[in-house]
Amino acid sequence: MSKYLLNKFLFTVDRDPELVERYRADPRGTVEWWESAYANRILGCHAGESSTWLQFDEVEREALGSHDYPRLFELGAHPFLTLTLFIAMFERDHPPLGFQREYARRVGHVRLPYPDIAT
Amino acid sequence: MAEVVAVIASTHHPFYYRASTATGEDRPPFADEWVRKVLAFRETLTRARPDVLVMVGSDHFHQLWLDNMPQFLVGKAPFYDANFYNEEREFGLPRLVCRGQEELSAYILREGLDAGFDLAFSNELRIDHSITCPIITLRPQNDLPIVPVYTNIFAPPLPQPKRFVQLGRTIRELVESWPADQRVAIIGTGHLSLELGGPRQFGPHGPDPEFDRKAVEWISSGDIEGCLAEVTLDSLHLPGNATHGFMDFMLMMGVAGDGRKADYVDTYDLFHTMEAYFTWYPDGGGRS
Repeated sequence: MSKYLLNKFLFTVDRDPELVERYRADPRGTVEWWESAYANRILGCHAGESSTWLQFDEVEREALGSHDYPRLFELGAHPFLTLTLFIAMFERDHPPLGFQREYARRVGHVRLPYPDIAT
Repeated sequence: MAEVVAVIASTHHPFYYRASTATGEDRPPFADEWVRKVLAFRETLTRARPDVLVMVGSDHFHQLWLDNMPQFLVGKAPFYDANFYNEEREFGLPRLVCRGQEELSAYILREGLDAGFDLAFSNELRIDHSITCPIITLRPQNDLPIVPVYTNIFAPPLPQPKRFVQLGRTIRELVESWPADQRVAIIGTGHLSLELGGPRQFGPHGPDPEFDRKAVEWISSGDIEGCLAEVTLDSLHLPGNATHGFMDFMLMMGVAGDGRKADYVDTYDLFHTMEAYFTWYPDGGGRS
């Protein structure tokens, strides 16, 4: 379980317009590239000082690779990060607020207490 | 000594800018009433004639991140660039540059540390919509220097609610002891009940109108004790998973003072959240 890395993926993709489009068009390829090239970057640190140990588990990799945001919610990914990135990718395909309401419907099976988002 | 001429607390709805500037078919039906309320709210700051704004808000994972997350951070920079690409993308927010008040930042940092708060600082802080929304609503000419204060309401573990109240009290004391002949307004933004990224988001009203009613009563009456008796880190999940932003309202209650009734209170029930606006005049000087 690597909630921190799930959030790091959402965080780094959401802030980069090119990565947002790349993830929308090719989720599995983007996740594979990101995990090999980006996951161990210490943000704000010289690339030569990267970490060595961060990786997704299979469940996380599959959830990201299939754009499965209900699963990300269940895994405890930060809901704000998940929402903003998926809005960026898919709101354009829906009428106003349509995606946000569809999102709510698709996580509607989750009851309080919600999954813990602490990393 | 500096004078606190206004204490202001509000929600920071990022869609206000887009809604208020939209025209024709793009203008939502609630925009005109929303603008009217914001213009009246803006006047509560204008009439206080501030020289400096201390602005409390929360970074939304824009500059602050889980590899190095402060609980409370004070900006100490001559300028602050503002708003991020994903806020332009989602909310249509404009890029801004705000001037900083470094002397007051330095004073709050030094004295705040000595008062028992291990404040983080940043010499290059880019601020986001928690601070730019009140600039847009309350001071759109963006002509006053600011001291940004960021709180962590977002990345558990969070400070306890009482710690936010304590920090608010301390900020008030520090500003009032700042040896400068300046009129200071302290402005903070937070949330009432709010759900983001969960099953209760974007409903016909806020996820918990009963919490909103109680929250507005706590804030407007300065009922810090009653609020602290009911609000815990765990309980704040119940009115919506983003409701921990209410703790920034609690901080502002600490700034305003125990039992201090707000001089101005207004609310607006939008489709998925309750907007709320509060102003206190510590010496009554800003009242018309």
